[in-house]
Amino acid sequence: MTTSDSVPTDLMGLSRKEYNTIINILERIPNFTELGIFSVMWSEHCSYKSSKIWLKSLPTSGAQVIQGPGENAGVVDIGDGLAAIFKIESHNHPSFIEPYQGAATGVGGIMRDVFTMGARPIANLNALRFGSPEHHKTRHLVNGVISGIGGYGNCMGVPTVGGEVNFDSSYNGNILVNAMTVGIASKEKIFYSAAAGVDLPVVYVGSKTGRDGIHGATMASAEFADDSDEKRPTVQVGDPFTEKLLLEACLELMATDAIVAIQDMGAAGLTSSSVEMASKGGVGINLNIDKVPRRETDMTAYEIMLSESQERMLMVLKPGHEDMAKKIFEKWEIDFEVIGITNDTGYLTLIEDSELVASIPVAPLVDAAPEYDRPWTPTPPQPIIKTKDVPSPDDLGAVLKLMISSPNLCSRQWVWEQYDHMVMGNTVIRPGADAALVRVHDTNKGIAITTDCTPRYVEANPIEGGRQAVAEAYRNVTAVGAKPLAVTNNLNFGNPEKPHTMGQLVGAIRGIGEACLALDCPVVSGNVSLYNETNGKSILPTPVIGCVGIIDNISESISFGFKANEEVIIVIGETVGWLGCSLYQKQLTDETVGAPPPVNLNEERKNGDLIRKLIKDNYLTSCHDVSDGGIAIAIAEMAIESGIGAKIDFKPNIPVHSWAFGEDQGRYIVTTKMADNVQSQASKAGVKSVAIGITSSTTLTLPGARPISIEQLRDCHLRWFPEYMAGQTKNTYSA
Amino acid sequence: MTAAVIVFPGSNCDRDVAVVLKSITGKTPKMVWHQENTLPKCDLIVIPGGFSYGDYLRSGAMAAHSPIMKTIVKQAQSGVPVLGICNGFQILTESGLLPGVLMRNSSLRFVCKDVNIRVEKTDTVFSKAYIRGEILRIPIAHHEGNYFADENTLKEIEDGAQIAFRYCSSKGDITQSSNPNGSVANIAGIFNSEGNILGMMPHPERLADPFLGGTDGLPMFTALAEAISR
Repeated sequence: MTTSDSVPTDLMGLSRKEYNTIINILERIPNFTELGIFSVMWSEHCSYKSSKIWLKSLPTSGAQVIQGPGENAGVVDIGDGLAAIFKIESHNHPSFIEPYQGAATGVGGIMRDVFTMGARPIANLNALRFGSPEHHKTRHLVNGVISGIGGYGNCMGVPTVGGEVNFDSSYNGNILVNAMTVGIASKEKIFYSAAAGVDLPVVYVGSKTGRDGIHGATMASAEFADDSDEKRPTVQVGDPFTEKLLLEACLELMATDAIVAIQDMGAAGLTSSSVEMASKGGVGINLNIDKVPRRETDMTAYEIMLSESQERMLMVLKPGHEDMAKKIFEKWEIDFEVIGITNDTGYLTLIEDSELVASIPVAPLVDAAPEYDRPWTPTPPQPIIKTKDVPSPDDLGAVLKLMISSPNLCSRQWVWEQYDHMVMGNTVIRPGADAALVRVHDTNKGIAITTDCTPRYVEANPIEGGRQAVAEAYRNVTAVGAKPLAVTNNLNFGNPEKPHTMGQLVGAIRGIGEACLALDCPVVSGNVSLYNETNGKSILPTPVIGCVGIIDNISESISFGFKANEEVIIVIGETVGWLGCSLYQKQLTDETVGAPPPVNLNEERKNGDLIRKLIKDNYLTSCHDVSDGGIAIAIAEMAIESGIGAKIDFKPNIPVHSWAFGEDQGRYIVTTKMADNVQSQASKAGVKSVAIGITSSTTLTLPGARPISIEQLRDCHLRWFPEYMAGQTKNTYSA
Repeated sequence: MTAAVIVFPGSNCDRDVAVVLKSITGKTPKMVWHQENTLPKCDLIVIPGGFSYGDYLRSGAMAAHSPIMKTIVKQAQSGVPVLGICNGFQILTESGLLPGVLMRNSSLRFVCKDVNIRVEKTDTVFSKAYIRGEILRIPIAHHEGNYFADENTLKEIEDGAQIAFRYCSSKGDITQSSNPNGSVANIAGIFNSEGNILGMMPHPERLADPFLGGTDGLPMFTALAEAISR
């Protein structure tokens, strides 16, 4: 083995101190390949070195949890011998550099994380955040990301059923693409990554290895500057067709008992997959680099180990099962190669041309990964904004039209029509609702799924914002009638070496933990994406929560559109008219300031329990969560969805605009034919409920405002996105 | 009725259509891998939707040369009903069993949504449970559904009453705004001249279950099952 005695000038993103630790571990200077392996394994992206000590505080257990964080994805019990397997993961940096491939491979990667564990993926979601619509790159990035997500998911035949799309100038130089996949497996047939046992064949399956994505994980662990375009070679290229074949081949092999362990090659490719399998199994692995299928000539061991070429898996098989397994992969026309063997040395060793080119002890490579308690400062509390300090509108209806046609509240139909959201024949509630509802194949069960985060709240108060992200996800799953089971989180933040940013991360994790505990929704998987900054400017702190819930019978689910005229409209939960940090404030003053609405977790749970009971007992005809834009926006959405109007004759005892647009938490709007029963059940449960009007005709009348035609509202709601994407910059309805 | 569903690498609506067929006939259709050279004896051949071979070349172009296609052509010529949905329609045109071609959508985007289609012909095994002029709500999900045929071919199709469905407004009018992909004459599906091969871009199997929001696709499958079991 050749090693150089001099300290390399490029430490591949490692600090000098980390480099010295490596020398101590190896008791010599690492060679180029070894340094590359340490560099990716100890990158922020793979090692969670800045967040790990805080992530440990999150609640991760519960009766429903089969597997918490630490595997490829989290696993929860959904009854009748079935399990839901899910995770969310970011592909932010690559998507900014090359939006189509960045987003596509993000979707491909998260699906592999799920089917690696033996689950057939049944739904994809995407939480997307783009820069200001006026920014010159935004339209191009939206177009590329949406096409990339569709291009991959549609070809795979997995429906993309929901997610988020939001705009804020803080993402101008650093968009967020968070992809979530949910899969279903038999509880008895879940596959893990621990390669326990020695002398077992290590098998490479999937696409050939190329030079794409080398050091992608390291790239994702640093800030951007103006030269970000030069990082394009670190972005991988996706091949959804091969992934579809890989999925079918893996599931076919998983139906046998040949597999000991399996791990997808995601970030840091062959390096992290082999190291993680060896580490979890407490074994060593010897890899013959020459055996790795490759699509380019003259690749070095370094390039092969660090390549992030897509659609690849590493498996450890039971000895003697290689031929049978190979036949399956040959049928699907997928490469299958035995490239190594497990052993009892505890070392990762690489052989190239019969020579040892790298030798690293696995345990310290994983366990001695740096862990930092970075200095942090709490976000200073923001003042509570008084209603009188926010302008009141001249015309409530005109403001409603402006808001519902604004970039952050308008319909996302333009987006989800480009995603196949119906393939697999189980989409019960389609995109655009509170949560998507997907039937579990061959059963009456439904899985409700949503992703949520309100970054402006998190910026104002990270703890409250963290709580709110979980609470809103919980509410969205509840609003279709499902019981929230667990969450996955994607923590997108700026540079953790800045104490203020680190303080945002610490606060958000605390808030998320509190809410998950109070709502019995443990965190079972997740991903941390730091260094989301360009030229020193950070994104809004964006801890996205993906929540999965269960409904035992899809016939007991409910949708948010009004169903008929003359039904009573009731607000469940307390309204105080909180305008600080609201979209109303943004609409009238062009900024959001002040403290965000507080989340009362006890009430959140009580209100959620009541809503689920009312839905199950068939008291409600529609249900919608109240969030961005408050009651007025929620009612308008229910009307637009159905074409049925509403007459709201309630006289609030607070200024009507704060009542209509305030963003108090823990609320739902429901319609019913049995208003008295609903309200008496609410009062019995100790939940505030107010009847505010009835569904009626084809206009919406708010208190003290002129009627607005639903047709006109729908037009306002639908038109911004397609017009913006067609290059017509006019971005609001002129009142 | 015995149905065969052909599975190409990249097919992804094979299970969906099998589920609907089973719900009607009580029998699981035979799933036939594209490398097979023979078909089991069957009364219906379905070429399902998806992305055969990733559709990296022209959609359906690779699949049209799969070994199984020779047998399908033979069976189709002998009168066995063949239903091609979405990618299946593309494969049927690529293999020459149906005239015309499916080009990229005029929007250049993938589109997935419910559309209205008008039933144009009802004297076939596929469509006899519908009424002529009836408006169905059926989803589409494709990137290459823009049907095109040259003037002469189009005239032959029209004269031969081979048009199965046209995209239409909710009132049944054949308008440009109701055409989701730019298809010539708003064509959503066509028959061969004998009427035993149907290719269509909309997915009838996707709205054949009340839990999924509609059942307008169901009569096609019940009609097929009835016609064939008789």
